[in-house]
Amino acid sequence: MTETALSTKHLLGIKYIQREDIALIFETAAQFKQVINRPIKKVPSLRDITIANLFFENSTRTRLSFELAEKRLSADTINFSAASSSVKKGESLLDTVNNILSMKVDMIVMRHPAPGAPMFLSQHIDANIINAGDGTHEHPTQALLDAFSIRESVGELEGKKIVIVGDITHSRVALSNIFCLQKLGAEVMVCGPPTLIPQNINALDVKVEYDVKKALEWCDVANVLRIQLERQDIQYIPSLREYTQYYGIDKALLNSLSKEITILHPGPINRGVELSSDVADSDQSIILQQVENGVAIRMAVLFLLAGQKRL
Amino acid sequence: MKKRGKNILNNERFGLTLTRLGHQIIEHYPDFENLCIIGIQESGVRFGERIQQILQQLSGGKSVPFGKLDITFFRDDFRRRDAPISAKSTEIDFLVEGKTVLIVDDVLYTGRTIHAAMTAIQNFGRPDKIELMVLVDRRFNRHFPIEADYTGITVDALDDSYVRVDWKEEVGKDRIMFYPAERK
Repeated sequence: MTETALSTKHLLGIKYIQREDIALIFETAAQFKQVINRPIKKVPSLRDITIANLFFENSTRTRLSFELAEKRLSADTINFSAASSSVKKGESLLDTVNNILSMKVDMIVMRHPAPGAPMFLSQHIDANIINAGDGTHEHPTQALLDAFSIRESVGELEGKKIVIVGDITHSRVALSNIFCLQKLGAEVMVCGPPTLIPQNINALDVKVEYDVKKALEWCDVANVLRIQLERQDIQYIPSLREYTQYYGIDKALLNSLSKEITILHPGPINRGVELSSDVADSDQSIILQQVENGVAIRMAVLFLLAGQKRL
Repeated sequence: MKKRGKNILNNERFGLTLTRLGHQIIEHYPDFENLCIIGIQESGVRFGERIQQILQQLSGGKSVPFGKLDITFFRDDFRRRDAPISAKSTEIDFLVEGKTVLIVDDVLYTGRTIHAAMTAIQNFGRPDKIELMVLVDRRFNRHFPIEADYTGITVDALDDSYVRVDWKEEVGKDRIMFYPAERK
């Protein structure tokens, strides 16, 4: 019986964890995936733990996935969404969280529009914090479940070629994915209109390609991101239609490639914009496997972080 | 620290003990009807595989369904150790509903592992009956009212002492080692 621990107390971003941590999370998630495919999908591990899900920004998939993961581990959960709370009355983030912690909460899952908000909290409070997306910074559990799904589909990531297509500038999924894939030894390329690729992208040691066909020809796996209509405060692209014409991926494009590639999408899909329906629903897409793996990955992260703390 | 180990069951007697346990099962379940064996990860799996082989030899080739169970997520000492224990795989590819489940583990000590295993097995259905086979029973150390139905050998040991089962597949010989508590 080997005891194993993560090197970190919080999951703030993939940047702050080690390759060994990722391996341990994957190993544990594989066991939880078995659990959630049994007739009884619940285990009692976290039965004396209370988790607060603090969503200062909208989310459907991630919140449901976290809630389900928590419930399948038998944790008690409380939910909070900024839209219906005292945040609207001007309470500071630290005050809000300290108030919640006074109710004896052990772990916090937080989504916040400000990059670095979970990092700030981690410096002031004692509970374990899991970042469920902080602005345009990181979304670590999404990157973990993406890499886990890729590994399931094409095998170990070492040496694999993965392209991330779409709005790289505004995407926390892109940044977390780049860190995660690189830590696992994969080669990463980003592809999108020049206006949606950050100026300092070279600092991340990734390839950049503006032609989507060339990018797809190069890769084994393509992770296609959503065009984030809510973050387009200035016009980065002339129109959605033009984006679709140059960067949209349809079956004809995939069929013109010399090999079959795997398609991921973190959801929600804008059907007919970044992906056509026939691609999204094809055998090459592993979008629904990503959702299933999301619950297993989040169970693993919660289990491993909660287990570090002694009663 | 634990250097003065004593071999309390050598290779030859070890084999006899396993065969005796096999015969006991056949005595109770002559046709293995409705019987299945579940070994607890990790050392209970090795023991279970051996028992399965012995039953096959003794019965002239009849086999009993065998599964592996990992109880990591069902342990009651979560958050009471420094770090979580890493999970092994659970492989039970048959239904336990209505079956007689024979749980197999190497050492019965506090009973907490078996308690967790019984909870875990119920996630796979409602067995008719659960029985327990252990190679070593450390009596007097129990934390739960749990007893084995089939026992290899019984050891009277203090809490600080340590019993370890070695398997031929791993260290080249079958034996049970006993490490008495260090004198303070």
